Amino acid sequence: MIERYEIRFAGSGGQGIITAGIILGEAAAIYDGKFAVQTQSYGPEARGGASKSEVIIADVPISYPKATHPDLLVALNQESFDKYSKDVKEGGTVVVDSDYVKVPEEFEKKFKIYHLPIIETARNEVGKTFVVNIIFLGAVQEITKIVSHDGLKNAILNRVPKGTEDLNMKAFEFGIKLAKEVM
Amino acid sequence: MARKETDYSKYLRLEYIPHIWCPGCGHGSIMKSIIRAVDALGLDKDKTALVSGIGCSSRIVGYMDFNTLHTTHGRALAFATGIKMARPELNVIVASGDGDATAIGGNHFIHACRRNIDITLVVFNNFIYGMTGGQYSPTTPIGSYASTSPYGNIDPSFNICRLAEAAGATYVARANVYSIAQADNFIKKGIQNKGFSVIEVITHCPTYYGRKNKLKTPADNLRWQKDVSVSIQKAKKMSEDELKGKIITGEFVNKTEKEYTQKYEEFVIGKAQGKI
Amino acid sequence: MKVKESKFISGNEAIAYGAIAAGCRFFAGYPISPSSEIAENMSFLLPKYGGKFIQMEDEIASIGAAIGASIAGRKSMTATSGPGFSLKQENLGLACMAEIPLVVVNVMRGGPSTGAPTSPAQADILQSRWGTHGDHPIIVIAPTMVQEIFFEIVRAFNLAERFRNPVVFLIDEINGHMRAKVDIYDESELELWNRPKPENPKGWKTPYKRNEELVPLMPDFGEGARFNITGLDHSETGFPTGDPKVRQQLHYFLRDKIEKNKDKILKNEYMEVEDAEIIVVAYGSTARSAMRAVEVLGEKGVKVGLFRPITIFPVPEEDMYRVCKNAKKIVVPEMNLGQYILEVERVMKKQMPIVGVNRTDGEPITPEQIMEAIKD
Repeated sequence: MIERYEIRFAGSGGQGIITAGIILGEAAAIYDGKFAVQTQSYGPEARGGASKSEVIIADVPISYPKATHPDLLVALNQESFDKYSKDVKEGGTVVVDSDYVKVPEEFEKKFKIYHLPIIETARNEVGKTFVVNIIFLGAVQEITKIVSHDGLKNAILNRVPKGTEDLNMKAFEFGIKLAKEVM
Repeated sequence: MARKETDYSKYLRLEYIPHIWCPGCGHGSIMKSIIRAVDALGLDKDKTALVSGIGCSSRIVGYMDFNTLHTTHGRALAFATGIKMARPELNVIVASGDGDATAIGGNHFIHACRRNIDITLVVFNNFIYGMTGGQYSPTTPIGSYASTSPYGNIDPSFNICRLAEAAGATYVARANVYSIAQADNFIKKGIQNKGFSVIEVITHCPTYYGRKNKLKTPADNLRWQKDVSVSIQKAKKMSEDELKGKIITGEFVNKTEKEYTQKYEEFVIGKAQGKI
Repeated sequence: MKVKESKFISGNEAIAYGAIAAGCRFFAGYPISPSSEIAENMSFLLPKYGGKFIQMEDEIASIGAAIGASIAGRKSMTATSGPGFSLKQENLGLACMAEIPLVVVNVMRGGPSTGAPTSPAQADILQSRWGTHGDHPIIVIAPTMVQEIFFEIVRAFNLAERFRNPVVFLIDEINGHMRAKVDIYDESELELWNRPKPENPKGWKTPYKRNEELVPLMPDFGEGARFNITGLDHSETGFPTGDPKVRQQLHYFLRDKIEKNKDKILKNEYMEVEDAEIIVVAYGSTARSAMRAVEVLGEKGVKVGLFRPITIFPVPEEDMYRVCKNAKKIVVPEMNLGQYILEVERVMKKQMPIVGVNRTDGEPITPEQIMEAIKD
């Protein structure tokens, strides 16, 4: 039984950080039948600027909706990692973009860190940078199993724009593959 | 328009009369003009809403036997928009003053014109804030005296009809109390127009405007209206210099464009419900 | 009750779905963060149900149009955030005075002035009670959970209609944007109230004649009763009056309509309050932090409970006093510099220490902050 699992996604505006939180929360709450809440913080910019999205998943009702000591952090750039890794739970899971985030030595022992070429895969393998969030969701599912594969797949299909389903499913599978390669 | 006998009592709440307007005020003439227009059109009183804001003109709602709503200063058009959206079958008429419609309510005025929602706005323009003691308004002529322009007004005036035309109203006309029969006709056509109509009626405030501006008696005020008014036909033949200080009366806009609540019904509800 | 569908949606979206289920068929608004999703969702949903949405030229016009539509018989709503709530105050007073059903949502953000448009705050608590000029009746609801927002907006419409009074609905950037699973119910599954009206509106001349709950029996415009509505002091007929007796009576009616029906308006939630030595009084999204604090400390054997008013005005004086009177300390966390705590102090007559936990830096109050105040 999961009493409380805290997830934080961080990056810059336009990377689909908030959408990723919504999809993960929806997978847990609607498709997997768990309790989940998603919150976010954002700046005034529609593109660029810092963006953060948090999801709490549990098998029991959730009181405080924000992450205080995340079990999982996904950071897509250095600023996000530096700012949001401090309070990650000891032994927690951290997924970073291997091209954009340098992790200091001491953190390598404190957390289970996964360096994945997320943005590069979106750009060169899938061919669209807007699938960055779906790639890391695939990786997160594979690494943590906090939501089911099918639940997440259904949530992705429910939330992505019509006509982009195939592209997003391709991204989802790439994400799973990236995780498998380093596990 | 041939004047037929109108039974005013049919449209008045006689139990609330005498009204609060000063002796010699022009507002009563406009109220009667609205009655003649409504009577000529045979509007159902139960299906007619009269909405006003704050000011002398706005007190008209208390005296007229319709669905009447006396709102906040300047906001009558916003309330009227809600009424018309909720019940498009109602005839919605708004009574407003120059300050109410074009100062504090100026934003609502231009946007109601822009939407072309089927509301008829009658502006009682007496060039002054009467209710509060005669302060200058957006239509007070330059050089006029008011309780807040003791040295003469320096603010340029709004031309209400040109403002309405530029903002998109589909019926725009100006009349005055001196030749009030013309107003009957304009108000009638305004109500008939399926869209936003603005009828500006030049009226007078002998108490606050007249006394300070050498127009002491009601008759002086009416004579002034007669002297400064020029018909739109005549104005076309006059030079800019000749038109200085004149007020043009007549119909400025009379065109047909799709009305707002109809558009909402057809396009928005139609699309949302998959009918189109 | 049969669930129509379950959606993973935000509090703002839940307001739109709840309003539709409550029978809301008119919305007028103006864009402002962080409430805009309410207008966006209403613009999408309303026409599907034959309702009307309009984006007005400003906040003042939005509430004006909403009141107008209500007068014409539609259940109406407008939504805004801090600065827009300030702008709406004059017309809100008209709705109180003229007794027009209306729901006004304020998704609170930091203030004063432009403040912090994308950050949460609970800065408009006292404004929601006393924002418009003059003594006036008002009901204020401040829900916490996202599912609760759905049910509470339905209750807000019910109270607005039943008592012909504006209901202010306060949420904030946190629970406005927070997403969770929300079960959505159809109109037919909910208990809905409609405004009291005379049995036969045709020719009705006394729109302010009151029923046993002191609520006026007013027909809608267009139903065949040609009456007058004004913001001036008025008599039972709706026409202005200068009679001091009638004016005084009107103001008593406006007050008593809410005060004497409190039992139908109030709603509270209690958590671990029996034998609690310390009670946290919290509302809105801050109450979630308080719940966490009570959970964590409770497990450690601390006798701490939570009193959570959902209707925050009228103040649940009797309930609050009954629950809190034996506490040794009361903690009141708020994302402001201490507003509702003034009501708690008044009700509890300062019989025990009453401590605020306050924050206005745009960050939520954490469970840890509340736990510290409990233990101090």
